[in-house]
This record gives sequence, C-alpha cells and structure tokens, in this order.
Amino acid sequence: MKNIKFKFSYVVSLLGFLSITFVGCERELSDEAVFATFSNAPEIFSDSPVGMGSDFYFPFAGSKATAWTVDESEGYNSDASMRFDVPNANDPEGNYAGAIFRIDGAGRNLTGFNALTFWAKASRGVTIGEMGFGTDFLENKYVVIANNVNLGTNWSKYIIPIPDPSKLINERGMFSYAAGTQETDGFGYTFWVDELKFENLGTIGQPRPAMMNGQDITETSFIGTVINLSERGLTQTFQLPNGINQLVSAAPSYFNFVSSNPSVASVDELGMVRILDSGTAVITSSIAGVESQGSLTIESLGNFNEAPIPTRDPANVISVFSDAYTNVPVDYYNGFFAPYQTTQGGAPPLDLGGGQVINYTQLNFVGVGTFLNVQSLDLTGMTHLHVDINVQEAIDPDDFIRLQLINDVGGNEISGDFTITGSQLSSNSWESFDVPLSSFNGLTVRNEIGLLFFISDATISNIFVDNIYYFRE
Amino acid sequence: MIRRNKYTKSVKPIFTTGIWMALVLIISGCDTDETQTVATFNNLIMSDEFDTDGAPNSAIWNYDIGTGQNGWGNNELQYYTDRPENVTVQNGVLIITAKQESFEGSSYTSARLLTKGKFQQTFGRFEARMRLPYGQGIWPAFWLLGDDNNGTEIWPQIGEIDIMEYVGDEPTRVFGTVHGPGYSGGESVSKSYVLDNDRFDTNFHVFGIEWGPNYINYYVDDVLYNQITPEDVPGEWVFNDGPFYIIINLAVGGALPGPPNTETQFPQRLLVDYIRVYNNANN
Repeated sequence: MKNIKFKFSYVVSLLGFLSITFVGCERELSDEAVFATFSNAPEIFSDSPVGMGSDFYFPFAGSKATAWTVDESEGYNSDASMRFDVPNANDPEGNYAGAIFRIDGAGRNLTGFNALTFWAKASRGVTIGEMGFGTDFLENKYVVIANNVNLGTNWSKYIIPIPDPSKLINERGMFSYAAGTQETDGFGYTFWVDELKFENLGTIGQPRPAMMNGQDITETSFIGTVINLSERGLTQTFQLPNGINQLVSAAPSYFNFVSSNPSVASVDELGMVRILDSGTAVITSSIAGVESQGSLTIESLGNFNEAPIPTRDPANVISVFSDAYTNVPVDYYNGFFAPYQTTQGGAPPLDLGGGQVINYTQLNFVGVGTFLNVQSLDLTGMTHLHVDINVQEAIDPDDFIRLQLINDVGGNEISGDFTITGSQLSSNSWESFDVPLSSFNGLTVRNEIGLLFFISDATISNIFVDNIYYFRE
Repeated sequence: MIRRNKYTKSVKPIFTTGIWMALVLIISGCDTDETQTVATFNNLIMSDEFDTDGAPNSAIWNYDIGTGQNGWGNNELQYYTDRPENVTVQNGVLIITAKQESFEGSSYTSARLLTKGKFQQTFGRFEARMRLPYGQGIWPAFWLLGDDNNGTEIWPQIGEIDIMEYVGDEPTRVFGTVHGPGYSGGESVSKSYVLDNDRFDTNFHVFGIEWGPNYINYYVDDVLYNQITPEDVPGEWVFNDGPFYIIINLAVGGALPGPPNTETQFPQRLLVDYIRVYNNANN
C-alpha cells in the first residue's frame, strides 16, 4: 500500500509541474497579480500527523514534554490515534500535560472552514482544561480556546467553532491543549484524540460574540491608563447541532473594536484601550458583522490626581512603595492568594504620568510580601506606618480597610491589625494615614515584618494606594 | 505481482457496491410507481405573501389569546397576544416573537395565528416558507386542525395534521405528525426529517404537505420524506371529510420541548415568508 501511495504522489507532482509550466506561458497580468495562497488541507491527524512537517510539537513550560504519542492500538474507526498521558501531579518531569501543534513550515488557509473537530475519549470521565488552536508561540494572533472540555470513556465528537474564519489565511497553530489533575486528586489519566481536522459545518450557527463577558461595564479612569480587553472576557459562542451553546475564548484579533470617542479612549486591533483625555467613551465590538454583547464605558476624569509627595527625611524612613524614596526589595505588591482572594492589580503598579501608583480592584484582601526571596523588614526602630489611599467608589459608613502586619511569616507568626473606617476615607480623593505601629493590636514583635495586608472584605473594591513607608518620629 | 494483487483487491469491492446501488435504485423506482399517489395540487387558492407591513391580514387570520386550558393542553409557558411586539409583518415577512417578560401571570409572551372560520378546506397542498427560531424550550409549529362543527366534535376525533414541528435544541430536525382517534399525543404517527449539514434556524426552508383522499405526503424543500395512509394509523382515518384550518404558533416550554434554560436566548423569532394553499383544479 505504501508503494502505491508513493506512486500517486509522483503522478500528482508531475501534474503540478505541468500546470506550472503552462501558467508560465500565459502573459496576462491577472495571473501575475494573484496573492500567494497557502494549503487549505483540512486534516491535522488521521492515522498519523498530516502535513505538519517534522518539528511541530511544542510543550508548554513546566508540562511533561513526553505526554503525547501516537497510539497504534486505539483509534476512532481506525488503527491509530493521538494519545495524551497526563502525568501525576507529583511527576518530577512535569505535573501537567500541555502543548501546541504548530506546522513546521508555511501555514494553512482555513477560510473555507468554520470549526476544528475531533473525536475523543479518556481513560475516565474527565474535564480537559483547555483545547483549541491558533496558539503558535509567535504572535498568538488568532488563539481560540474551549475551556473545560468534558471527555467520556467512549468516543464522542467535539466541535470547536472558529470565531471568524475569514481571518485565517495563513495559520500555523493547528491544535493546543492543556490538561492537569486538579479534578482527579493528582492522579494521572489518558485521553485520546482522533480524526482531528477542520470542517465546514452547516450545522453550527447563531454566532454571539461577547466582550467584557457579555456585561455592560462602566469604569472611571484617568489619562494614561491602559486596559487590555483580552483580560476582560472576549468570547464567541456558536450553537452546535446538538443544541449546546459552545463558548470559546477568542483572541482580540477576531474582533472589530470601536470607540465612540477616540479622542478620550482609543482602542487598537489587539484590544488595548488607552485613555487619552477626560470625557466619556464607549468601547463596543463585533465579529464578522455581528455585534458583541457587552461594552466598556470609560468615564475618564482627566489627569490622575497624584498623592501628596512625602517630605520626611529619608534617613528616618523604610520605604516599601514610593517614588520619593529608595524602596526596599519586595516579593510582590499582590500575592494573589488562592483561592479566596479576588483582588486584581498591583502586578505591576501603574504609571499614570506622575510616577508609580497601585490600583487594587475587586479588593477583598491583598498582601504586599517581604518574606520569600527578599529580606524581611526590621521595624524595631520605626514608629509609624504611612499610606495614602484614594477610594474609587462611593463609601458607605460600614465600609473599612483593615491594615494587617505579620511578623516572621511561616515561622513564629505574630500579627497585628489596625482598621481605617469608612468615615476616614474619601471618594475620589487622597487621604493620608500615619498609623502608630503601637496601634497594631497584638503586634508585639516587629523585627521580621513579611506581609502587609489591605483587607476590605469587599466593602470597598477599587482603591489607589501610594507611598507605603515606615518612619520614626 | 504483490502490488498488483493488492490494488485489484481494493478496487473490487467498490465495483460490487456500485452494482448493488444501481439495483436498489431500479427496484425502489418500480415501488414508487406502483404505490405512490402522484399529487397534482397546482391551483393556488389561498396565499399570504406578507407583503404589507403592520398587523397580519385580518381577512385571513384570527388569534388565540391567553394561556388556553392548561397551557393549550401542553403545559406551555407563554401567554399569547396579538400585540405588535409578538406578531407583526415587516419587510415581506411575518414575524412571531417569543419574549421573556412578566405578562398576565406568565413569564413569556408569543403569538398563535389561525384561519378558523376564515379559511378552511379539505385536501390540498399546504406549504409555508419559514426560518425557525432556536434554543432549548422553543417550539414553533405549522399545523392543521379539523373543524369541530360548533363544538359537537372534540380532539382527537376532529383530526390534527402537524405539517411542521421542531424543538429548538435540535436545530437540524423537524417532524410531521398526524393525530386522530386511537393515535394522539404520545401515540401519534410521526416521522422526522434531518437536514444534511444545515440547520433550520439559519436560512428559510419550505415545509409542506400534499393531502388527498387516504394519503398525506410530507416534504421539506424538495425532499418528500414521508407518506401517511390509513394503513399507517392504528385507528379511524379522520382526514377524508370535514374542512381543516391552519394554525401557526411559537410556543415556549411545554411537555414536548421542556422549559427554556439559562442558555436559551430571548427574544426568539419565527419568520414566515409565505403561506400558500393549492387544490386540484380537476376536483
């Protein structure tokens, strides 16, 4: 059979040669002006990888690089399939499986298809974290990811819609996946994928693109702020023939973004919104002419009102975060403590034109760390904590921000806290606090301070913070 | 030699299959000629092309209003109205809109149009060109109901011919059904038709029947997919006498599709390009 296959390809290449010679004889301009076209082959894996070249498998960092093999004993109506062995969580070679399949060579023209499809099953019922295409470790321009794909123990067909096929004239990222053992108590499992290909399905329809996860969101902002819409929920949804609405996260390049007032806020094709002036602008979007659900309304207050500049003698200051002093090294300004923390921001701090400032959003609690890879702070000689806070929302009397300090994190921990009440804070303006360290109830020792927490329990969700430093009077 | 042998082997089954297919085609061709009643309903006697914007033509259409008894007998969830929000003609198309809203104690509104007392007939070709809505719990229908002789006859004795029914969580499938005495509700006689690589909610499709003495032929677009005759029903054939009227409606929820879920998008719209009825000029 192999010999016959070779014979066929020989014939095909001869024919190709003949037609090229023939075209060469023509002298009409229209033929010369044709765009370069790329392969429009649909198959990625049938019984073996198709048209992928030799060097096409690129594992994600930290994943087990040998997770993927071709299984010659399993297949959907065939003798072979792609086999993915997800490692145990304690596997020293990598605690998850994940990779991209990128064509080793020129990309493909996928404009004639509307979905990536495959058959799959697993050694146990399991949810695969991510399956998709478009990731190429280059521009990653047209990434599509279906999250939490449910695999059963028998073969089923899966459909991942293309948000807008007309964009994909030269795509190399054919497939990507990431699978861990969060749901399997750390124990590994196997899943198989077969008949992996692009298809043009008349049975999928009703596209419903969405930005901001389909919500109409209004945010106050300042000149200089940059908002990345791809971090705020860009999705496309198609209804599959079985009636299920399949949502995929879609790269910003599938969208056409529009600002109602580009002089206030501009938006580019990568979904980056830049605040340029005071005023109001509404960012909306569409995919292939279908308007997205959701929008982002920017109410720009103009130039950011910077916090008061500190005046204390640097000799009497240990500064954690201030442009006025040399800051001590910190591990982070946001520890992202899973799973209860919701707070975003601070990683990294913002520069709104007047130096650095931290904007914590969705605040419930957040920690500034000085204990992992940097020296903890010896505040024995200090008397006060200074911090400037600017609340970006209306304040209720019951609202609060509690400051907490922890000494000797992970060792002989001792902590103390001090609560700033809602009446001490102001909406959209700075309030400065000089809190005596003796007011941190319970903090009997402060020679190895490793964490400073801002805790609001979500009573206050959006704050700017600046000039965090300790001083002695 | 070995190569040639393999090549021959792989070709041979294809030839064999080809011959079988040809045989089957010829045989079924004879079958059709012998038993199928060829319909010749080409005399247009009623049509609504929905070319006038606004409310549907009152010379043709009545409305059912409210929730009927027990959600029109099916525990349907919608309240039917004749408000423009639920039924209107725009740009050459009848639009029936199912909305999610609190209205007269119901959570959804929609519309149900019928020709009772305005256009009724026995036999003929009834067809509509429609684009269907979609989503779990969405249940559009284009159907005929027998006249009840001023309430002296009751369902299912009066007969019901469902030309097209569809549930929105199966966007590629429609079904055609008859209900009569001894074969109604769950025991009705039904057959479904699935589009090949296409859906009913993305483009317009034609749904129709050719109905004559002792037969009802069901078709979608140019595909005849079923014929129902007295031999197919386990009871009295009630479709040879008495006029029937047309009903077109968009239900939400009910026994057949189940309720909408959080994935169901509202509003949903049933678009009707035309409804046409033909009879046989020789009858």
